Amino acid sequence: MSSAISVSGLYKTYATGFEALKNINLDIRHGEIFALLGPNGAGKTTLISAICGIVNPTSGTILADGHDIIKEYRAARSKIGLVPQELTTDAFETVWNTVSFSRGLFGKPAKPAHIEKILKELSLWEKRDSKIITLSGGMKRRVMIAKALSHEPEILFLDEPTAGVDVELRRDMWNVVRALRESGVTIILTTHYIEEAQQMADRIGVISHGEIILVEEKAELMRSLGKKQLRLFLQEKRGEVPEALARYELELSADGGELIYHYDTQKDRTGITALLKDLDKAGVRFKDIQTRESSLEEIFVNLVRERK
Amino acid sequence: MNLYAIKAIYLFEMHRTWRTIMQSVISPVISTSLYFVVFGSAIGGRIPEISGVSYGAFIVPGLIMLSLLTQSISNASFGIYFPKFVGTIYELLSAPVSYLEIVIAYVGAAATKSIILGVIILGTAALFVPLRIDHPFMMLLFLVLTAVTFSLFGFIIGIWADGFEKLQLVPLMIITPLTFLGGSFYSIEMLPPFWQKVTLFNPVVYLISGFRWSFFSLSDVHIGISLAMTAAFLLACILLLRWIFKTGYRLKS
Repeated sequence: MSSAISVSGLYKTYATGFEALKNINLDIRHGEIFALLGPNGAGKTTLISAICGIVNPTSGTILADGHDIIKEYRAARSKIGLVPQELTTDAFETVWNTVSFSRGLFGKPAKPAHIEKILKELSLWEKRDSKIITLSGGMKRRVMIAKALSHEPEILFLDEPTAGVDVELRRDMWNVVRALRESGVTIILTTHYIEEAQQMADRIGVISHGEIILVEEKAELMRSLGKKQLRLFLQEKRGEVPEALARYELELSADGGELIYHYDTQKDRTGITALLKDLDKAGVRFKDIQTRESSLEEIFVNLVRERK
Repeated sequence: MNLYAIKAIYLFEMHRTWRTIMQSVISPVISTSLYFVVFGSAIGGRIPEISGVSYGAFIVPGLIMLSLLTQSISNASFGIYFPKFVGTIYELLSAPVSYLEIVIAYVGAAATKSIILGVIILGTAALFVPLRIDHPFMMLLFLVLTAVTFSLFGFIIGIWADGFEKLQLVPLMIITPLTFLGGSFYSIEMLPPFWQKVTLFNPVVYLISGFRWSFFSLSDVHIGISLAMTAAFLLACILLLRWIFKTGYRLKS
């Protein structure tokens, strides 16, 4: 079976000479939630725009559900729904009209029941006859999502879906995303909030300076790159790390009440036993111990640093 | 052919017209009526007939053309420029529509509006001056051909424009002078011989001459030449648009 999206050898150089994408190779599986993670200006939006037909690729090929996005643009695009980052809507149209317009634009016959369902799911039903200009920013974002879903896409792109979005909308949106995934829709979202990728995604791709640095199962990524922290809560606060423990490169918390040890779970010897023994020898007593996996945030920061 | 998309864009654009009915229909009708009052009734009474046609009636085809041209251009250019300006163009670019379908929908809607407007102005004119239409079929053909051609031209301007200033520039600086100097208010035979030659480079002369012929069987240039010139301009617009869409000029980076 072909991939939902298959990108190979994609380059994009803008007229200014700026290389936004460099040799992107990426396969997105059917039915997964894929998070494209990267700092601002990394090329996330350019990549999505190239796949959706908004930006002309400089070279390379892109297939959507096996259809070339240029040669078979009709078949490719009719499968794709896009929620762009910017709130761009037809200010003077009503919610109902603009969402119905999108459905028509994507070549589908009118289906009021479907539009009604989407508007209800996105809590837009009461606003269906309101002009978009009268809606709040969060409501406009909902309209953009409704437009993207109007033609029942099989692949949905969400570009920075939660930028500037309140908690309620975020929750509604994730509910919609989960329901879509259950019905078999492939979802690709971009974000620079790592927690979001961590919560939602099956797989994560990291993009930086126009290159995909890595693509991995979320759990795998966490595991392979996962450093753990051991926090020791001391009985007595200290001004400095005891000299006898210098080789462990311990970190002392700002208030002097905790010692923090970093270790790699992939190694056979993590050094924990030795550390505990040496702590005992040095007469350091502690009241509690905590271990914690590093967050994607930390993993990501490390990855980007390694590349430089 | 993505007929649903053509229908969606066409209806969307027509809906925009009803929403802005003051600007898109009423105001051109009022301004044209003013021309009739001033040139047709007030001043026109003191101007001798031109080849047996009263001056008030003589200027009717030219005035309709003037509105048709300017309105076709402004409708079509605004129709495509506005999505570019606010950013909603993303949807058009990401939709499974061909460029031909986009053009048919936008230009079709803009031309429809202009034709409706032309007919309204014609009706208004009939209230002020006695009119006769010798060749109704040719009149209609010219009306439709001109509306379509200049809507295409407007569409091109809308794509080319990267600011509201440019959007106004071409209609104001080029189309209005060409129309005024193209024989809206006079027969080019009234010009000195030298300017008669110069004026033949003005494409609007052929439109107005041909359109006037369909009313009064009077023309400055032969009706066949008028038709050929209109068709040539139409073809030029189509070729230019083809190039624009092939290269993605001003639409895609």
